[in-house]
Amino acid sequence: MKYRTVFDIIGPIMIGPSSSHTAGAARIGRAARTIFGRQPKRAIITLYGSFAKTYRGHGTDVALAGGLLDFDTFDKRMVHSLDIAREEGMEIIFRESEELTDHPNTARIRLEDEEGDVEVVGVSIGGGKMEIIELNGFDLKLSGNDPVLLVLHQDQYGAVASVATVLAKHQINIGFMQVSRKEKGSQALMSIETDQKVEEEVQAAIRSLPGIHAVTIL
Amino acid sequence: MKFRTVAELVELAESEHLKISDVMLAHEATVFNRPEADIFEEMGRNLDVMLEAIKRGLTEDIRSHSGLTGGDAKKIQEYKRTAPVLLSGGTVLDAVSRATAVSEVNAAMGTIVATPTAGACGILPGTIATAAEKLGSDRETMIRGLFTAGAIGFCIANNACISGAAGGCQAEVGSATAMAAAAVVEMAGGTPSMSAEAVAIALKNMLGLVCDPVAGLVEAPCVKRNAMGAAIAMVAADMAMAGVKSVIPTDEVIDAMYKIGQSMPVALRETALGGLAATPTGRVLERQIFGTIDQKS
Repeated sequence: MKYRTVFDIIGPIMIGPSSSHTAGAARIGRAARTIFGRQPKRAIITLYGSFAKTYRGHGTDVALAGGLLDFDTFDKRMVHSLDIAREEGMEIIFRESEELTDHPNTARIRLEDEEGDVEVVGVSIGGGKMEIIELNGFDLKLSGNDPVLLVLHQDQYGAVASVATVLAKHQINIGFMQVSRKEKGSQALMSIETDQKVEEEVQAAIRSLPGIHAVTIL
Repeated sequence: MKFRTVAELVELAESEHLKISDVMLAHEATVFNRPEADIFEEMGRNLDVMLEAIKRGLTEDIRSHSGLTGGDAKKIQEYKRTAPVLLSGGTVLDAVSRATAVSEVNAAMGTIVATPTAGACGILPGTIATAAEKLGSDRETMIRGLFTAGAIGFCIANNACISGAAGGCQAEVGSATAMAAAAVVEMAGGTPSMSAEAVAIALKNMLGLVCDPVAGLVEAPCVKRNAMGAAIAMVAADMAMAGVKSVIPTDEVIDAMYKIGQSMPVALRETALGGLAATPTGRVLERQIFGTIDQKS
């Protein structure tokens, strides 16, 4: 089930004009920023399909910028987000791609600053709902039934166990878990679906573990 | 209380002597382990945003950035007040003008609730507010209407699709019209089965509708499709309550919508490459609008 709650259907409250091209895009931008963990200095955004063809008319560029500024879908500052981004020194470059993707509303977002970079692919599936399908080249295969805890970590022994221990300590049950890496000893990604909500305090505890680069909830 | 199809939803409701809104509320409370009162209150906030958008669209001078849309909601209301004879009727024109109002506010980058999408955001507020006025419904009944609409949208979204890019306008305005029809049936005291019939009757009349926005903007023809969606929802509700039944069962109509969407060419799925967007006037408007925006920036 892609849509889990009645508020996916009746909602979100948002600034118009398009739920998939504005609200969904804003949420993709915001998810990318959350994964990055801070406001980036530079964002390179590649748009595919309907996003590429109609982004100016729908304000998809404005919405993605708003998301990168951490604005929610109903934030009235959204309309001015391109100006605000410029004022705050965030450079955003938009590229249109002719490449065919599985879903028509796809955006690839690369975020950078002096400290690092992250690359996220998000799709806006309709009604303001979005999915992150790729993170730093790792495919995310999620059932979409529960909230997902994403942990970007160093590929080393004990990393998975230490995260699982923190969850167990807070009585959080793991429903589904996937660990992927590109090569031994490099960066790896844990995606964990949990039955209970992972509160900010628990996320912070995981973030403070050795070898953990980033923690976020999608 | 779990359901995946409209048939399951109706069966659950009728076997337990519940309304569709009861089933949706119970489902939400179980899945997210939240008190029903909290969920109800959150939906109430959505209703407030909808009613505020109606008010804005009918009282303020709304104009979109492109200049393509705005002001029609007021025109329709004014005509309804002053015309000696109304061909379609006051209730329909109320629903139509309110749906137009919200859709115009959306096009002008105002605050709305996506139901199920922003492109179709006028239909549910327009019909629910009008039905409530006509029936003398209280706030609780209107919020319940939103849960009923949500339950139908939930089935459509999970079995088919609700985005114009994936399934054309039938998936957006079509879904919203079907959801609204079910909601006003429940508000008027109809049974869950009647709500389901209203969904089928409404959606059947939206099948094949393409997404072809001029210049890629959620304006033309979107605002007028919201207006007509509201009209169809009100009529479909009356037909269902009169006992008219759809020959094709509701879930099969939803499935047909999905398959039609999949076979729709990309040019007619929110790419502004075909349909009204590709007419000579559509192209001229596109050049004018983006010419203007480029000069400004």
